[in-house]
Amino acid sequence: MAALVNVPPKAKRGAVVEIKALMSHIMEPGYRRTAAGELIPRDIITSFTCRLNGAEIFRADLFPAISANPFMSFFTIATESGKFEFEWIGDNGFVANAAANITVE
Amino acid sequence: MRLCAAAFIFAALGALPVLAAEIPAADRRSGYSFMSSDSKAMQDDDTANPGMLAVLEGETLWQTKQGDAGKACADCHGDAATSMKGVAARYPAFDAALGRPVDLEQRINICRRDHQQASPFPNESHELLALATYVAQQSRGQPITTGDDSALAPFIAKGRELFMQRQGQLNLACTNCHDDNWDKHLAGSAVTQGQPTGYPIYRLEWQAMGSLQRRIRGCMTGVRAQAFDFGSPEMVALELYLMSRAHGMPLETPAVRP
Repeated sequence: MAALVNVPPKAKRGAVVEIKALMSHIMEPGYRRTAAGELIPRDIITSFTCRLNGAEIFRADLFPAISANPFMSFFTIATESGKFEFEWIGDNGFVANAAANITVE
Repeated sequence: MRLCAAAFIFAALGALPVLAAEIPAADRRSGYSFMSSDSKAMQDDDTANPGMLAVLEGETLWQTKQGDAGKACADCHGDAATSMKGVAARYPAFDAALGRPVDLEQRINICRRDHQQASPFPNESHELLALATYVAQQSRGQPITTGDDSALAPFIAKGRELFMQRQGQLNLACTNCHDDNWDKHLAGSAVTQGQPTGYPIYRLEWQAMGSLQRRIRGCMTGVRAQAFDFGSPEMVALELYLMSRAHGMPLETPAVRP
């Protein structure tokens, strides 16, 4: 599954930085039916987590009303250099990961 | 009274021009210019544009060996950034062997059959759209040149004929909205000029990528006509006319549309 994460490669210590993460997923809500009337089972991402050097800095729960290919944008304060790790968890054992580095000066 | 109303409607229909005026080159506008600032921002930012996910998946497919021949697209075409630059901007293109134009998706499937010995991707499949998006993205910013090949002239004429032809229960031709009323609204939505500058597009209504053919079928169903089949000669002729109509406009793939 394709993921697009956008973290500024460099930031000044104490600066507010924007983190963006786009994940490819159908987000099937589980309420729709096929032409034959059969329920299409739910298949969504249920949880998104962002960690900086192992410490959780952002978490979101996702629900059926969220559209396909969910896009997350949030802010954090640049405190230390290191690695942002992103994790998406969902139905049917869905797990996807991405990572990006930041240098804080 | 009813007779009077019927007569009025008849008179109004009679007053409509037989052939609509085409949009002058200076007045042509991409669907982008009709969008809200939020949708424009989504298209402009490559890390927020969901169409870029299809580009990433297409890039992976480009490098993946497929079919009995065990070849990847890259094995013949090399780096798409150079070999595919400007290609999508001239499609649909005339295929001498078939004696008719083929669109980008058909070209990919012909390549799969002849050179990779692989089964064709189904119409509108995730893989076909991803590969077409990846190829078309290499032409982003390039002017559309479709129609420069003189062999296409009769097919463009056929596409234009279809564009001008009234159809469906609403008895509307493409031109009635997209040439005559593009500056107005249909319910809350802009009518737009129908310039195919960003296909395959990520359409928010679909929550997915889709081809120009899917978009045209949506319009045809809207006027309650029997939509042309995917890949039919009529569909390709219509695509061809639309692309030649947008000659010189820059390609935006992957575009975001509402």
